[in-house]
This record gives sequence, C-alpha cells and structure tokens, in this order.
Amino acid sequence: MSSRLSSAFSKPHPALICFITAGDGDTAANVDALVAGGADVIELGMPFTDPMADGPAIQEANLRSLGAGTKTADVLQIASDFRVRHPDVPLVLMGYCNSMVRRGPEWFASAASKAGVDGVICVDIPPEEDAELGPYLRDAGIAPIRLATPTTDAARLPAVLEGSGGFLYYVSVAGITGKQQAAIESIEANVARIKQSTDLPVAVGFGVRTPEQAGAIARVADGVVVGSALVELVGEYGNAVPAKLRELTSALAQAVRTAR
Amino acid sequence: MPDERGHFGQFGGRYVAETLMPLILDLEREYRKAQQDPAFQAEFDDLLEHYVGRPSPLYFAPRLTEELGGAQVWFKRDELNHTGAHKINNCIGQILLAIRMGKTRIIAETGAGQHGVATATVCARFGLPCIVYMGATDVARQAPNVFRMKLLGAEVVPVTAGAATLKDAMNEALRDWVANVHDTFYIIGTAAGPHPYPELVRNFQSVIGKEARAQILSRTGRLPDLLVAAIGGGSNALGLFHPFLDDPDVKMLGVEAAGYGLDGNRHAASLLGGSPGILHGNKTYLLQNEDGQITEGHSISAGLDYPGIGPEHAWLKESGRVEYTAVTDDEALDAFQLLCRNEGIIPALEPSHAIAAVTKRAKEMPKDSIILANLCGRGDKDIFTVAEKLGVEM
Repeated sequence: MSSRLSSAFSKPHPALICFITAGDGDTAANVDALVAGGADVIELGMPFTDPMADGPAIQEANLRSLGAGTKTADVLQIASDFRVRHPDVPLVLMGYCNSMVRRGPEWFASAASKAGVDGVICVDIPPEEDAELGPYLRDAGIAPIRLATPTTDAARLPAVLEGSGGFLYYVSVAGITGKQQAAIESIEANVARIKQSTDLPVAVGFGVRTPEQAGAIARVADGVVVGSALVELVGEYGNAVPAKLRELTSALAQAVRTAR
Repeated sequence: MPDERGHFGQFGGRYVAETLMPLILDLEREYRKAQQDPAFQAEFDDLLEHYVGRPSPLYFAPRLTEELGGAQVWFKRDELNHTGAHKINNCIGQILLAIRMGKTRIIAETGAGQHGVATATVCARFGLPCIVYMGATDVARQAPNVFRMKLLGAEVVPVTAGAATLKDAMNEALRDWVANVHDTFYIIGTAAGPHPYPELVRNFQSVIGKEARAQILSRTGRLPDLLVAAIGGGSNALGLFHPFLDDPDVKMLGVEAAGYGLDGNRHAASLLGGSPGILHGNKTYLLQNEDGQITEGHSISAGLDYPGIGPEHAWLKESGRVEYTAVTDDEALDAFQLLCRNEGIIPALEPSHAIAAVTKRAKEMPKDSIILANLCGRGDKDIFTVAEKLGVEM
C-alpha cells in the first residue's frame, strides 16, 4: 500500500479527505488551497459525462469541466504537477470506469502511477467486476479503494474488502453525493462493524458538508470525506474560490483534528 | 445464455455502485425462483393474452412483396399490442417480479415515451405508484406521451441534467433507485443495464419470437430465411431473434439508426459506429470519444437514439450469428410512407428502419424465400415528426 496513504492515516488525528473535480476552474490553485487549509488527502474527480452516483453539485462540476475541454491527459497532468508541488500529500483519483479503462486498464494504471497517484476510487466497479481494473492497479502499486454502503451486509463485506487497499470508503447513506446525511448512530455502528473485519482505515463520506458534521464523524471513523460542499464553492466563486476553499477546509480540519 | 455473472462473452456484467449490488443479486435470485414457478408463468401468459392481446398476428404483406419483387415479406404485428408497441411485454413481466419481491414503488426511464407509457399502464393496472424519468428535451418533443403517462397516474419527472435525453433519464432513474433501495423496483425498458436485466428483458420479449416461429411454421410449413428488426437498446430484436438462434438456416439482420449517415457523428449506431465500453451497468458498444466520454446519439426515431446497445447484441455481433446494418433517417422516412400506402399500416419510426432494410434485402432474394420482420410499434406517436420532416403543417 502507498506509504503516503498509510502516513495520512497514521497521524494523531483522523484524516480529512477533500474532493474536487479536475478541470473545474483553476484546479492547481484549488488543490493547493485544500492542502494549505489542512486536507490530509486530496481526492481528484475525473470528469465524466454520466456521473450516475453524483448529486447535482458534482454533476454540474463534471459538466463545467468537460465543457471547458478537460481531457484525460489534462487530469493526469494536474495529478503529476500536484505530485511535484506536494511530494508527501496523498492523491486519489475518483471516477467512473469507462473513462479509466478506455485506453486499456494497463495504460490507465501505468499513467496514474507515473503521475504519482496513490489510490483510485472507481464508483461503478463492484468486487464482482474487479478483473476489469483492480489487478492492474495493484500491479502498478496503486491502492484500489472500494466503497462499502449501508446495503453492504455481513455476507458481502468480505468480498468488498478482498483486494481493496488504501482505505475503505464507507458511503454513509444509500443515495448520491451531496444529499442528506445519515444519523451519526448508524454511521458509528456501521464503521465499528466494518472495522471488526479489516485493518484498513475506514473513511466516511456522502452528505458531509459542515465542520460540525465532519467533527461528529471524526469521533467514530478514521477519516472524513467532504466533496459537494467544496465543489459548490467552485461553482459559486469561480476564480475567487481558492480563498473560500481554504477557509472551509481550515474549519473542517480544525473540527476533525479536535474531534477526539 | 449469459454466464453465471451475466457476461455474454466479454460483454454484459454488473458495473454498478456498491449500493445497488445487493439489490441486483436479490433480483437475480427472485427471477430464478420465478422462472421455476409455474404460477408466475401462468399469470404472465394470462395477462399477455387477455390484457395485452397476444398472440399478435403474423401478417403476409402482399402488396409490399409485389412492389419489391423478391422475397415474401411477413410482419410480426407487435404494434397491435395494448399501448401500441412491444414494450408492454417486458413491463408485464417486470411488474409481476416487483410484486413478487414486495416492492411498492416503480420507477422507469423513457426516451420517446413508449416505455414510460407501458410502465405507467402496468402500474395503473396493479395500483402501484409510478415515477418516470424523461429528459427535458424529450418531454418537450413528446408531449402526447407525457400526457398519456399523466392520465395513467404516473408522475413524469423532467431531467435537465447533462444533455436532457434518454441516457440522462437513465442516470437519474439510477440515482433515484440508489436512494430508495428498500421499496423501489426499477423497470428497465430494454435488454440492457446490469445483469440480470438484459437476460430477463430478453426472456420476457421472447414471446415475440416463440409466437412468430410457431405461426410461420403453421402458415408456410417452414422457417423464414431472414429475420429483420430495428435496434435501439435491442429488446424487440432479441425477442424476435432469440427463439431462432439454434436454427442455423435462419439468418438475422439487426438494423441500427444511421441518422444523417455513419460517416459523421449524427447517428445512433452503437455497433457499427461505436466501440466497446462500460455504461449503465454493462459492458457493450457505446458512442464515445477517445477519453470514454459518452456522445449523444441522433436518430429521427426518438426510440433509437440511445448511445448504447444491449450487451447480447454486442456478443451476437462479435460471434457473427447476427448481421447488423444501419439505415438513415431519410431511408426510414421513405419506408414509413411505403408501408402506409402499400399495406394500410402506419408504422412507428423505429420499425420503419427495419422496413427500409427489408426493402433492400427482399429485392436480392428469390421469390420463394421468406423475410419475417418485427413491426414493433405503431406510428400514431410519430405523425408529428413525420409531418415536420415532410414539410406539412398540421
């Protein structure tokens, strides 16, 4: 597993994972603002025409990015430039499988590895279809980060964990990104259940928008993922957004770091 | 048959978010049980006979045959079904599954509105709430079908995301499903999506081919030389073809929408003008760019302009068992008018593509040969589009 990812989860506080869509605005300035604000892991969204698991905020970010002409090559360039500026901050690509396997999974795994990517979250490759991409990522030293959800029952959980790496992403609600949040009791119970079955860190996302929510989750999980709230700022503030991103990220980081 | 994980060769599969995986596995288990349950099949058959109006006739088209001067042309008249297309066959099967699984809320996607109308129809018949996702662009250009769905008690949700057409409606239906997993059944309208949908939709639609096979044998004493069907997602074609796949002398032709022509990017021919990729739960041929971004399909027929195709067709293409061709908007429009004038049948624009292919092939075949084409929908819904294309004010 990536040493950068394991370091991020070995800090004395839970990890704050900040998501932003690549190619939506000045991505270099935006991710730098997230790092400056205290993000422990950067999750970079690969724009896709049909983001089926995403709510309106990230859908719109995808369309803005594609409308601006973002190509896969641009996303990889953003990643490798980030790696030069931030040699120690883990970087995870998140996206949908068609844009990842289009030139072949070997090509993608190799290109992502060269760009300094530590992990890949592919929304629409469940464990049953792991052969499509997982083996190539593992061979390239990239962590395939799987999602577990409220519908992942005890019978399925071992299959989800098998072959996954980096951290386990627990989707707090059955639904899409950026919508309602689950009750903290349910999140706590599910994270505890998952942690009984794995040594991987467990991060929680979907519907986490405020420092209060992030702090509450940080009390019960190893990491907190915030996406839509950041992406909405990009949509709202355009070129003036880095300061806003840094401000929200700082507040989130403070909440996460003082949660326990 | 697909393998146990739903792959047709390299195609098919279950490429969905983890939230949906347990549901899809559950659906497959329940479907396998239903297949073994004579009561399920009996209820399906009974509804098809008394509610849908099956079997649909097999009709010899004498004037069209004479006009073309070659093979005998026969039509499977699935446009005479209740709601005017083959779509209802699948909806009956899926709503029976939904009820069997204790689901209390039905969602569907629709492009032209035919599948939406068929879904709204079965929901009214069984008293279940129905939400139909439809691209805002399609809502605007298919107003009669929107009103039909509303009359039938369905809620029609216009989808403004993306390009606001069928693929976006399907994205939105998947988003609804993932957020309402406990009580909701998603009735997919074509033989695509994650396993087991491609297989179960094909099986429900296979009533078309089973009837046609028995009918042509009883009427002519032999099997047809060529089957022809239009392909959007491909369910009517699979329904016709599947019961003949083991008849080696029966050739099959699937007809995609070439729109303005295959040389440009204004078509909906995923097999002939696309490449393999992964979308909406399955690996299949897609219209996409070099980065795997999905491009918009175009066809005069709103029922054919989906940028993907059912995975079994992708497999039948690669295996060579079925031949695929494509027909332009103009050729389909000519075929539409030809059938109106020669046989007194106003076909939908979807099967007009099949008819256009029939007109080309029939001429090249001897007079004692038989073409059997699926007339999968009636054209009432399309008269506005056709009038506009012909420059007629209504």
